[in-house]
Amino acid sequence: MNIAIKKFYYGDIPEEKGGTGNYQSTADSHAWPLWEIFIRSKQGLDHKHVGSLHAADAAMAIENARDVYTRRMEGVSIWVVESKYISASNPEEAGELYEPAVDKIYRHPTFYQLPDEVNHM
Amino acid sequence: MPVQDFEQVFQDKIDGEIKIEPKDWMPDAYRKTNLRQISQHAHSEVVGMLPEGNWVTRAPSLKRKAILLAKIQDEAGHGLYLYSAAETLGMSRDEMIGDLHSGKAKYSSIFNYPALTWADMGAIGWLVDGAAILNQVMLCRTSYGPYARAMVRICKEESFHQRQGFESLLVLSKGTDEQKAMCQDAINRWWWPSLMMFGPKDSESTNSDQSMKWKIKRKSNDELRQQFVDMIAQQIKVLGMKLPDEALQWNEQRGHYDFGAINWDEFWAVVKGNGPCNKQRLEARRKAHEQGAWVREAAMAYAAKTAQKKAAAAMQAGALEMA
Repeated sequence: MNIAIKKFYYGDIPEEKGGTGNYQSTADSHAWPLWEIFIRSKQGLDHKHVGSLHAADAAMAIENARDVYTRRMEGVSIWVVESKYISASNPEEAGELYEPAVDKIYRHPTFYQLPDEVNHM
Repeated sequence: MPVQDFEQVFQDKIDGEIKIEPKDWMPDAYRKTNLRQISQHAHSEVVGMLPEGNWVTRAPSLKRKAILLAKIQDEAGHGLYLYSAAETLGMSRDEMIGDLHSGKAKYSSIFNYPALTWADMGAIGWLVDGAAILNQVMLCRTSYGPYARAMVRICKEESFHQRQGFESLLVLSKGTDEQKAMCQDAINRWWWPSLMMFGPKDSESTNSDQSMKWKIKRKSNDELRQQFVDMIAQQIKVLGMKLPDEALQWNEQRGHYDFGAINWDEFWAVVKGNGPCNKQRLEARRKAHEQGAWVREAAMAYAAKTAQKKAAAAMQAGALEMA
């Protein structure tokens, strides 16, 4: 199996799949980079991706994330990462990528038939 | 795979209620329609701050001022959620804002009407946000994942907007004769434009059919409009006010309110740029963007400088360690 993890910008579309329209953005040297925002809603829970925003640097991204994503106390901790550092799997290769798990039903507890006398296992 | 197969896989996903995500293959027209709709929606949130901004310093009490500020901040946030969702389709923020400022991109026509009195803040919350919510609740189930997620977030916050608006009108409706008149006047002016917010009649809407097939939209303009009329016709009784429509009447047979004809000439005139405030709104947007350019540049310069300093300090620390 050929596992090719391609690197995309968040939400970027591979050029060959972009269709006929021209959506290339105009380059602006002052445009703030895009950041992905992860919020921990309360102690004990994972940070969860909530969206993205633009900011000049990490400190500003955290401040903006506070204003954009936690106006109603939705978070106790914020992670930010510049979107260009996110590597993602390719949806078109999902078949091959996850295929190894498909036929291993013995990894699920329900695969095993136990006598009724055995409770709560 | 030939394109037809990609399209079949795509449509199967839609029919099976599987959301489309940014990196999935999608027909060009689907991308374009979403991009147009989401960016238009984002622009509406942003331009929507302008009529309200007019009243921040004129709010009748500190409480109302704080509420209005919170609402305006929400609109800015909603604009940001939506711009981010639109960006996943491959258009940059700058380009979208450029299109808004050049007049190429549209925003909701309702914001081209002026907010003349304090009662307009209540009427906008109740009627304009009320109309927006019906559309947005439907869009929580739209087929494009990032748009649907943005809408869920927005809907959670939007209900406060409508409630504060109604409550504000309720206070006026129990006030002096002057306040009551102001309340009725605001309703009179905002009612018809609110009905127009749902867009052209189904028989004339160019985007509806394909959008329904792709589940970008799940209810037609007329369906949503009727839902809105039914809701408001009930709620206005609590205010003891009247909707400015002589034809408004409960229709037992249909199980809905009948209502009068909408002035579509006015709608198209405003869409085409000839509403009372189109020019003023765009000018305010452009001015804010242009006069804020130095802030954006300075922030980037500062970020570059601090990154450089940090790198230099790290190198020096490395050199010390080596020595």
